[in-house]
Amino acid sequence: MSAATPPLRLCHLYPEHLNIYADRGNIAVLRRRLEWRGLALETVEAGLGDPVPADCHLYYLGGGQDRDQRLVAEDLARKADPLRRAAERGAVVLGVCGGYQLLGRGYAAADGRTLPGIGLLDLETVAGRRRLIGDVVLSATFDGQAGTVVGYENHAGRTYLGGGCTPLGRVLRGHGNNGGDGCEGAVAGRTVGTYLHGPLLPKNPWLADILLGWALESAGRPVELAPLADELEQAAHTVAQTRAGRRR
Amino acid sequence: MKLPSMPRGLAAGAARGAGRLSQRLGRGGGTALPGLVLTRLRPEATAEMARAVPNGVILVSGTNGKTTTARLVRAVLDASGARVVANTAGSNLERGVATALLNDDGAEVALFEADEAALPGLIGQTRPRVVTLMNLFRDQLDRHGELEHLVERWRAAVDGLDPATTVVYNADDPAVAEIAAGHPNTVSYGIDDPRAGRDRLPHAADTTECRRCGARLRYDMVTIAHLGRWSCPECALARTLVDVGAAKVELHGMDGQRLALATPGGPMEMSLRLPGLHNAYNAAAAAATALALGLSPESIGPALARRQAAFGRAERTQVGPTRVTTLLAKNPAGANENIRTMLLEDRPLHLLVLLNDRTADGQDVSWIWDVDYELLLEGDRLASLTVGGDRAHDMALRFRYGGLSPDRLAVVPPVPDAFDAALAACGADGGLYVLPTYTALLEFKALLADRGLAPQFWEDG
Ligand SMILES: [Zn+2]
Repeated sequence: MSAATPPLRLCHLYPEHLNIYADRGNIAVLRRRLEWRGLALETVEAGLGDPVPADCHLYYLGGGQDRDQRLVAEDLARKADPLRRAAERGAVVLGVCGGYQLLGRGYAAADGRTLPGIGLLDLETVAGRRRLIGDVVLSATFDGQAGTVVGYENHAGRTYLGGGCTPLGRVLRGHGNNGGDGCEGAVAGRTVGTYLHGPLLPKNPWLADILLGWALESAGRPVELAPLADELEQAAHTVAQTRAGRRR
Repeated sequence: MKLPSMPRGLAAGAARGAGRLSQRLGRGGGTALPGLVLTRLRPEATAEMARAVPNGVILVSGTNGKTTTARLVRAVLDASGARVVANTAGSNLERGVATALLNDDGAEVALFEADEAALPGLIGQTRPRVVTLMNLFRDQLDRHGELEHLVERWRAAVDGLDPATTVVYNADDPAVAEIAAGHPNTVSYGIDDPRAGRDRLPHAADTTECRRCGARLRYDMVTIAHLGRWSCPECALARTLVDVGAAKVELHGMDGQRLALATPGGPMEMSLRLPGLHNAYNAAAAAATALALGLSPESIGPALARRQAAFGRAERTQVGPTRVTTLLAKNPAGANENIRTMLLEDRPLHLLVLLNDRTADGQDVSWIWDVDYELLLEGDRLASLTVGGDRAHDMALRFRYGGLSPDRLAVVPPVPDAFDAALAACGADGGLYVLPTYTALLEFKALLADRGLAPQFWEDG
């Protein structure tokens, strides 16, 4: 790769409102794993009222407090069309926790109000009485690769998938989408949603690399990403897996 | 099964017995168990004992700084000659308060640090004379839930206070200020020295919208996280003139600081042995609390100046040639303050970061990604880094993705081995900083005690 290679572009949506579970950690992982391969990531922020850039290869939505999520939901509804077009041209959209819920069709809150979602994922979320909190381990097959995913969940919403998307993984430990059907997360094309934070990507570098591969393809620059020395990531993954097992 | 409340004397006897047994079995100092037993047997016991304290109850709460502030208030009360009952060593739930009251039923005044989630309950139980509200930062989301819920619970508790109760509050925290604003009897404090400010909000800033109208707050000065001189551009809500203001804050690295406070009773100047801007807030909170209790301004400064750091809060231990400074770091706002204070030193920094994920730490370790550890990597200030604790690998990843090369990083999960590795890395260079989470701090203190280097924590006054 020459130094002249243009950077991949990531749009961080609502960084000031949706950042509660260390979402910047996910972005740091995407950036570094590109840098270590001689590539670069450029981040554009789009907050309340800002336009969504049409030329990004990755779009990221993190989690927020209830109050912030309400603020964001109305604004995001106005950003639905550009995001849908981005997904249609093959850009990666990743939503974590609150961001995941907003990628669905809507969130029926406990007070009877419904927050709009942008319907990029065929799923619905309803408020539950108790929060689902704790360590999670998934077994997942993602882009044809099988592996485990570790993380932490903390959500009141119960998410139910429709036929238009598939779960990210099966729950081995933890609650998952709704604590009932053993599914966690959702994937449709290159749009991915999950409740897992911790954050998600540092301890699951294989997911990060699949997302980066997709983003490079959408930029018209498909490359075989060179493997990295992930001993530390694997060790942290194993520790998290062990913790989750012990706490059951 | 619901049992009838046990008569007071019997319940107290059973509770004391449980405490003595626990100590004899080596299960700890019994700072919480007797109170737990007592309040199970007689739920009204805390309220009864609190009512019997003639000069009333003082509660000090907030995410960060409550332990140090309570110790500072204690110093002023001790200097006044009052006989004080207080909870220590982090037993800041109702059980710890009940234990303290049970163990000292002749005290004239009671002083308790209160866990921020336990504060509303303790307000109801103890009907305090003074409540000191310090700050609310994001902390242990898996245990405390969202900050907003805590704000609402504090608001309801303050709304239910007796109008005669004095609310001492930090006017620099927009959420805390708004909670206290409706109360008729308040003493506010804050930092007025513009040199103490920084130019922008750090990443882990929580309350940045107007609590009344939702507009984005404007900051003329940011001190810590979302604290500072704030105002709403849309409505009239703003940080007000304060009763107790830090007019001058001169930080002298880890050695401490010189602080000048403007108060209704006249100016106060003091040299504190506590480092960092967060301790300027703690001292201002303690001075405001002492003034609210009617203590004389002349007595406050000297008493605060004598106080050393609390358990694990910039506490120093000499280990052979190495000076070890322990800085509890359990949430982003606190850890960021520790980093800023360490960077005031002009020597290379040797660091041991200990990350546990037990209940008292918060099981969710995401928070470390909200800490600005990158500041340590700028300008090559970090001479060595060792990470330890249950989740040492998570901390290692935090630094790796923050830009530190893995070969400059030692990952040693067991706390004793991590300490030895950090001491070795330090060599003859002088100083080691230990940044543990709460339970890692307990482990670390026990290790120092095993090696004959420091007292056990429950002996810490
Ligand atoms: Zn306003």
